[in-house]
Amino acid sequence: MTDIAIHTENLTRDFKTVRAVDALTLAVPAGIVFGFLGPNGSGKTTTIRLLLGLLEPTTGQAVVLGHDTRTHADAVRAQAGALLEHHGLYERLSAEDNLEFYGRVWRLPGPERAARIKELLTQTGLWDRRRETVGGWSRGMKQKLAVARTLLHRPPLVFLDEPTAGLDPVAAAELREQLAALAAREGVTVFLTTHNLTEAEKLCARVAVIRQGRLLAVGHPDELRRGRGRPQAEVIGRNFSEAALAALRARPEVAGLEVKDGGLAIDLQAEAEMAPLVSVLVQHGVQVEEVRKGKASLEDVFLTLMEEEQK
Amino acid sequence: MMSDIWTVMRKELKEIITLGGGSRGGKFSYLIVLGVFGVFVPWQSGRAWVESPMVVALWAWLPYFYTATWVADSFAGERERHTLETLLASRLSDRAILLGKLLAIMTYACGLVWSMAVIGLITVNVGFGQGTLLLYPPATAVAMVVATVLGSGLAASAGILISLRAATARQAAQTMSLLIFFLFIPIFGLQLLPAETQAQVSLWLEQADLAQIGLLAGGIVLVLDGVLLAAALARFQRARLILD
Ligand SMILES: Nc1ncnc2c1ncn2[C@@H]1O[C@H](COP(=O)(O)OP(=O)(O)O)[C@@H](O)[C@H]1O
Ligand SMILES: [Mg+2]
Repeated sequence: MTDIAIHTENLTRDFKTVRAVDALTLAVPAGIVFGFLGPNGSGKTTTIRLLLGLLEPTTGQAVVLGHDTRTHADAVRAQAGALLEHHGLYERLSAEDNLEFYGRVWRLPGPERAARIKELLTQTGLWDRRRETVGGWSRGMKQKLAVARTLLHRPPLVFLDEPTAGLDPVAAAELREQLAALAAREGVTVFLTTHNLTEAEKLCARVAVIRQGRLLAVGHPDELRRGRGRPQAEVIGRNFSEAALAALRARPEVAGLEVKDGGLAIDLQAEAEMAPLVSVLVQHGVQVEEVRKGKASLEDVFLTLMEEEQK
Repeated sequence: MMSDIWTVMRKELKEIITLGGGSRGGKFSYLIVLGVFGVFVPWQSGRAWVESPMVVALWAWLPYFYTATWVADSFAGERERHTLETLLASRLSDRAILLGKLLAIMTYACGLVWSMAVIGLITVNVGFGQGTLLLYPPATAVAMVVATVLGSGLAASAGILISLRAATARQAAQTMSLLIFFLFIPIFGLQLLPAETQAQVSLWLEQADLAQIGLLAGGIVLVLDGVLLAAALARFQRARLILD
């Protein structure tokens, strides 16, 4: 096995008038959670379908786990697990029957199947409700069961298409926690699409940002931050005199300033220290109550990327 | 391959049975059907129910109804309920999915019809046996088994083709009902014919070699089965199923 789980080269897919995926060239290292981040309609689902060989590329190619998806999609599907756009559970069957069916599909032998089903249902907190028909469950429970189904056969590669979409914030946070734990425990490669930046930030070791089928940036969330958004700091206090502000502006690590009611927002250059800036303020008679320093959120990075793309 | 087909079959049958028999209404409708064709009609017909070879004609018709109920659901229903794509993303081959569904529907239809045949036999024995055991003549029994298998195969593969093309499960069910309605035209049509033509037809039926007619009909259905199955296998392709 190579240490690249997914490799695409100019992967392109057209639907009548729309280019859903546009010359996507991407390498996903094995063993990490890889985030595929983009707004609605940016081509995330189509990319997953292409990688699973459920759709043929218009041009370009994709090699997944060493198999070309045009010619050996069945080999890819045999080694992958997929939680797609819809959870795909049989709502008229019980939770246990759903897993039982997919356990047989993946040819887990009887005793191993039973043990694995019990393990996953216990981990997701659904064991006591395994006999219930899935149709009556909440979205969050269904989604957890679908995650269990996806991991059932211990696939080395897992696709998760917006796994927390449509969940309430509590259920989404809970599922995210479980995904992080499961990914770490099972040591699999996860290709996760999302339009949620917090999710990408929390779960993903690498993130690709796409828009209208085109790749805008790839990297660790911190790298993307460094490249785009700036860290910010906020100082709460009194007596923000013009002299104090001028002295701050003169510092090389300060990229911008803005006085807001009762406080000062500072745009910092990357890796700037706050302590020297606070002394400057104090020397100029500012009474500092509180200092907060924050990273640029991935959201800022995302918005910056989207703006750049539109120009 | 065989074990994959069996896996799909099991799941389909589980869904059919939980949906059909899971609710009280569902159980009740099974009871009605079994009551009508297992008890009421045989009781009315008496010994003729067992002895007349014409009964095979009834057994040959019935599977179409039981097949129609579920087959519409097979692909159109899975697409509508968004379970198809997950199934297609699994390691199962197109063929295993298609054949598993087909065989499940045939098993269900044949199982139901054969249960009726057995219950009917018990009814006739209880009511008219007078101490001797009445059985279907071997030729009738074999003809019945063959007719139900071929008939359910035809209806199931036609239904799957319709289901593959239909936008919704409802639309598939409607097309399927229409098809079954056409099956009935010959029977109703016969009633509308002038009396002397009707008499001629029944005379011809009485004189004709029923075994020969049965074999001919069976042969035609068998060929149709093959053609429709081949068409369904050709039509069933992942990429075409994903696109709506
Ligand atoms: N089967 C299809 N037929 C036509 N257009 C499609 C089809 N699937 C996706 N598209 C279009 O391709 C684009 C990308 O869609 P999608 O991959 O679903 O985006 P995302 O998952 O990021 O929301 C959209 O403009 C969508 O309308
Ligand atoms: Mg999508």
